[in-house]
Amino acid sequence: METIEAVLADHPFFKGMTPQHLAAVAACGRRVQFMAGEFLCREAEEALDFFVILRGSVVVEIFSHRRGPLTTGTIEEGEVLGCIWFDKPFHWHMDAKARQLSRVVALDVRALSAKCEEDHDLGYDFMKRYAQHLVVQFRVAKLQLVDMYGT
Amino acid sequence: MAPEPEKLTSRPSDANGLLLPQPFRVKSRRRETADTFTMALAPASPRVEEWPFEPGQFNMLTVYGIGEVPISISGDPTEPWRLIHTIRAVGAATRALCRLAPGDILGVRGPFGTTWPVIEAEGRDLVIVAGGLGLAPVRPAIYYALAHRAAYGSVELIYGARSPQDILYYHELERWRGRFDVRVHITVDAAPPEWRGRMGVVTKVVAQARFDPSQTTAIVCGPGLMMRFTVKELLDRGVSSDSIFVSLERNMQCGMGLCGHCQLGPLFICKDGAVFPYSRVKNWFEKREV
Amino acid sequence: MIFSANIKLALPRQARFLGLRQKGKHSLTVTSDRERVVDKTFLLESSQFQQFLEALQRQGYAVMGPTLTQGDLRYGEVRASADLPVGWRDEEEAGSFRLIKQDDQVSFGCRVGQHSWKQFLFPPDVLLWQARREEGNWRLKVPATAEPPYAFLGVRACDLEALEVHDRVFMRGRYLDPIYQQRREKAFIVAVNCSKSGATCFCASLGTGPRAATGFDLALTEVLEDGRHFFLGEVGTKRGADILAALTHRPATATEVAAAEQLMAGAARNQTRMLATAGLKNFLYDNFENPHWDKVAERCLTCGNCAITCPTCFCHNYRDSLTVTGEVAERRRFWEVCFSVDHSYLHGGAIRPSPRSRYRQWLTHKLATWQDQFGCLGCVGCGRCITWCPVGIDITQEVRSLRAAASLETNKTAGEKEHGDH
Repeated sequence: METIEAVLADHPFFKGMTPQHLAAVAACGRRVQFMAGEFLCREAEEALDFFVILRGSVVVEIFSHRRGPLTTGTIEEGEVLGCIWFDKPFHWHMDAKARQLSRVVALDVRALSAKCEEDHDLGYDFMKRYAQHLVVQFRVAKLQLVDMYGT
Repeated sequence: MAPEPEKLTSRPSDANGLLLPQPFRVKSRRRETADTFTMALAPASPRVEEWPFEPGQFNMLTVYGIGEVPISISGDPTEPWRLIHTIRAVGAATRALCRLAPGDILGVRGPFGTTWPVIEAEGRDLVIVAGGLGLAPVRPAIYYALAHRAAYGSVELIYGARSPQDILYYHELERWRGRFDVRVHITVDAAPPEWRGRMGVVTKVVAQARFDPSQTTAIVCGPGLMMRFTVKELLDRGVSSDSIFVSLERNMQCGMGLCGHCQLGPLFICKDGAVFPYSRVKNWFEKREV
Repeated sequence: MIFSANIKLALPRQARFLGLRQKGKHSLTVTSDRERVVDKTFLLESSQFQQFLEALQRQGYAVMGPTLTQGDLRYGEVRASADLPVGWRDEEEAGSFRLIKQDDQVSFGCRVGQHSWKQFLFPPDVLLWQARREEGNWRLKVPATAEPPYAFLGVRACDLEALEVHDRVFMRGRYLDPIYQQRREKAFIVAVNCSKSGATCFCASLGTGPRAATGFDLALTEVLEDGRHFFLGEVGTKRGADILAALTHRPATATEVAAAEQLMAGAARNQTRMLATAGLKNFLYDNFENPHWDKVAERCLTCGNCAITCPTCFCHNYRDSLTVTGEVAERRRFWEVCFSVDHSYLHGGAIRPSPRSRYRQWLTHKLATWQDQFGCLGCVGCGRCITWCPVGIDITQEVRSLRAAASLETNKTAGEKEHGDH
């Protein structure tokens, strides 16, 4: 079975990360498997994990009491899901549910941010990737608002 | 000597046959989505047997007495005896086109316009990003690429639609997806819970797809907004603006650069385009109300 | 000292108004620095003008020239010299056009009105084809050429240039227009040189006039002085020479040539408006967001008069129609202007919804993008757009204002850089 380091190295989010940094990140991670229908996270819970999706497909939903779960998008293999925080935990603002058998590496956010504090080089590298990820998330969210396929 | 009233002859003008529509018969008609239909046409005059065209080109289709509109050719360039057009009913002429039944006659002028760089891209990786109805103008390029698969490194198709009901050529997409030598990603902006596929804007898939930007020729086609943001993603990924090709839209009336309607700065979309390398249109594309 | 030389010159357009001519069918023989005798000039007495018209008519031409119809100056059929606006003069200013009667026999005292020659070669409304439903198919019929060949009588230098511009648009692009080509090839051109410029003329600054340099079959300069009334003529083509052969005429004397030259030089001198073309294309390309566009947008009514009267505007559209029984379909082509909102309509909305964007489109097309499209300027300096604009917008002034606004911006930025932030 491949090490966590090896699977992370193969993942687009960590492309080009140095082996030492990868090892540090991997040390905060554990493999988790979700069956179809299982939740990776639920709204209002503490966002203790940062998920790196290896295999499968996850749907992100906002639950409406009247309309039921409203899908905002799906997250596939090669993507990530989560927030990085430092003093106090953030809380999830949406649900994420596996649509099929999904395998992830769950990174403990507290441990990861502690490592980033210790090693600023790791911190800077990780934050660059995270910032880029957020830029893409904002961009796609706004595009989703305007209905690109309208006339 | 006053000018005499206009006389008519039955011999069409030789000087420029591209001014006169050639009759074609509707052979089949299939509904793709709520307001979009695909028609197959065959020549209806003994003078015309084939209508050779290249991927990316369009014809001007006439419903006699109603009007004429530019529609991309969506068929296989190796089968020029059959013209395939996918039409969305948005105005008087397109609505009339979509109401035609097998056996009806319409007029065709063309083919007009520039072509997708399928030949120039040989030896490189080909990424095709289409949105909504934009899959129709790129389909001939896909046919060409699949027929000459060995000439390319990797071939990747990324297709986005508003919802599952808006997906074009559904079964064909499934077939392409079943091939082992081409990567097909399909995503929708919004979907009911039963949708098993990806959900999210097509630009997200582009941002995350695994192609090598330095080796890639990208073909982008879809609504203006979708193309603009897809091009941004490709440029951010490091694909050169010379290697990104877009198909622009403007009000086209003549197809020949004579009526003046389709201008974007100095470019006539109908004859200098509609397919352009992004580097050529970048400055004009970015100007507002031009 | 008397010398003679055949001068072969590659001339910039600006040199044309100085009276120099490209080496062509006739050579320029310089005998002294004051007296020039040019080959292929001829003299036509005013009394022979009617013969000239009849020679054209005998050849089968429908002679179109300036006429006065109910106080309106327009191009119509000229069957006799008396059909011309004898004794009339035109007076223009921005937004104003007047016809004044003088007490003389000058036939070509009116320069240009709101019409141009484009209405004959590029008709405002023309049938392209008719289709008849027959046995489950549609059978196409194209109108045969019904109109006779035209002879254009009185084409000013600016309009001559406009013909050349339309030749590029309609005949030298990737696709040509057979309607224009058919009519153009048969058209006989009789240019008339201007002896006095109008207030809105600016051909001299563009090098497109006031002298007609090339592109005519025959050119005439009307001279009325010292009790004499004659036309100093110049042959441009063999077709012109053939018509001339049927007339009583003689070579012109040096004095007669000089009289005509003086009038043309005077016309160039009395022009008050000008358009500086140096670097104009790139300047406009860089100034699509110039603040002055907002200013002109406040005045422009987007009526499109400028485009309709402009001899080089060529935008058009098509209309399909069906008879009540549904048996006959037809397609017609008609003039359209880029000032209308639906000109740029693309399912869902117009690309150019604001008047600002539409005026900008017209001006930048005429003066900038046209150059990349056709290799020449779209403007010929005729001044019609200035004359016929109901609010008197002056294209030469707009360009000056754009330049002024641009340099104000540059100075402002430079000033800020010097004095630091504040």
